[in-house]
Amino acid sequence: MADLHFLANPARFRRLSQRLLPSLSFATVLMLAFGLYLALIQSPPDYQQGDTVRIMFVHVPSAWIAMGGYGLLAALGASLLIWRHPLAALMARAAAPVGAGFCAVCLLTGSLWGRPMWGAYWVWDARLTSMLLLFFLYLGHIALSRAYDEPERGDRAAAILALVGVINLPIIKFSVDWWNTLHQPASVARLGGPSIHTSILVPLLWMAVTLLLLFVLLVLLRTDTEIDRRRLENAEQQA
Amino acid sequence: MSNHAVFVMSAYLVALVILGGLLISSLAARNRVRRELAARGLERSREQRAKAS
Amino acid sequence: MSGFASLIARDLRLVWRRPGDVAVVLAFFIVATTLFPLGIGPEANVLARIAAGVLWCAALFAALLSLDRLFAADLEDGTLDLLLLAPWPLELAALAKCAAHWIVTGLPLAALAPVLGVAFGLEPDVLLALAATLLVGTPTLSLIGGLAAALTLGARKSGALLALLALPLCVPTLIFGTGAVEALATGGDFGAHLAVLGALALVALATTPWAIAAALRQAGE
Repeated sequence: MADLHFLANPARFRRLSQRLLPSLSFATVLMLAFGLYLALIQSPPDYQQGDTVRIMFVHVPSAWIAMGGYGLLAALGASLLIWRHPLAALMARAAAPVGAGFCAVCLLTGSLWGRPMWGAYWVWDARLTSMLLLFFLYLGHIALSRAYDEPERGDRAAAILALVGVINLPIIKFSVDWWNTLHQPASVARLGGPSIHTSILVPLLWMAVTLLLLFVLLVLLRTDTEIDRRRLENAEQQA
Repeated sequence: MSNHAVFVMSAYLVALVILGGLLISSLAARNRVRRELAARGLERSREQRAKAS
Repeated sequence: MSGFASLIARDLRLVWRRPGDVAVVLAFFIVATTLFPLGIGPEANVLARIAAGVLWCAALFAALLSLDRLFAADLEDGTLDLLLLAPWPLELAALAKCAAHWIVTGLPLAALAPVLGVAFGLEPDVLLALAATLLVGTPTLSLIGGLAAALTLGARKSGALLALLALPLCVPTLIFGTGAVEALATGGDFGAHLAVLGALALVALATTPWAIAAALRQAGE
């Protein structure tokens, strides 16, 4: 009986993703090619930061996607807990590592940006530290969802965690901001980050859309796999 | 590019490795699970045909 | 309401029979705190500078230690099933469990910390501030920890996973707890920090019991 309910939505999703994935991949590759051209060649060096502004074209979109990704996990979690939507659990399982990956990209590119800008590979500034905590929240979600022999139990526990986490994120952000102003070292005058000129707005937004497409692509791909994996597990249990 | 080129290149390389790695591992996992599902699916229908006959 | 009190009383009675459980947590707190001067060096001004942070972090770890047994024991002996079937709200039961945890863990830690603070060369008013921040902050830790314990009930590697889940969520409490003590020492606004700590506790109080109850229901299925 569980099998029938399970098959209803995922089959529809499977048809949707079969249609979307090829064109999505094509679009992503094209956008990436042009985006890299914009970011690395066409856009001029910033008068303040020089060429290191180019790192921002990867760093900032990754930050947006990492944060949005966690919001997605929370939305999927709510969908699972309130409406028992079986696809929500599978998509959350698929999306969490992708969001964590973008979070890691954000942290590492931020570190590489910090070295020429502030002289250190890591500074405990508010945004990087908040992003690091977000990374830990992702790790927790990934670990919790896979910590049970029964995957459904893990899915539901992780769903609760995602909802709790998304409520906590503004609180964490606020307190880290506060902590940073308390302890702001005198030598680092303005960690405010770059101001957005129009010359860097276009590559930034282009790369943002490109990376968003990549995120969607990865999540659709991995959700397909999770559907198959769950079918495999159900089959093994019945055997 | 100025002497900060190494940082810019490293940053893009890091992004490539992580996101590219995610893509490759996602594709590999999908193919692995599909193969296993196909093998098992075939096994099961063979059993069912055997039971039916 | 009496169900709430009797559930707390039951937990306290269980701890009373095995005082070693509480003693171990406090012993860990003392040992962990001692490691820092040993690792960093006995310079008085350095120690005074790091004292609030060290004591708060050590209290945080100590509070987490006893958490994975919070619901596990009840799962094993069938109490959890009774609570799930009982007529009163599971949320109240969850709150009672966290309250009991705070009484046997947070409260002693808040009392012990100023004693250890003397070893870090803190002034009496700072010691008092430290105790006050722990008093107001540890209930939040018990609530968040209780949630992590409920989420990891029956999971593999639940101890480490519990810490991984709880610690990021405890960061705001940690920041304002230590910030408050530091504010007092440097002439900042202690009251404001303490108020934020209180607000965090209220937010935790208003949200975690429902999340814990949801998690316990998953565990019971």
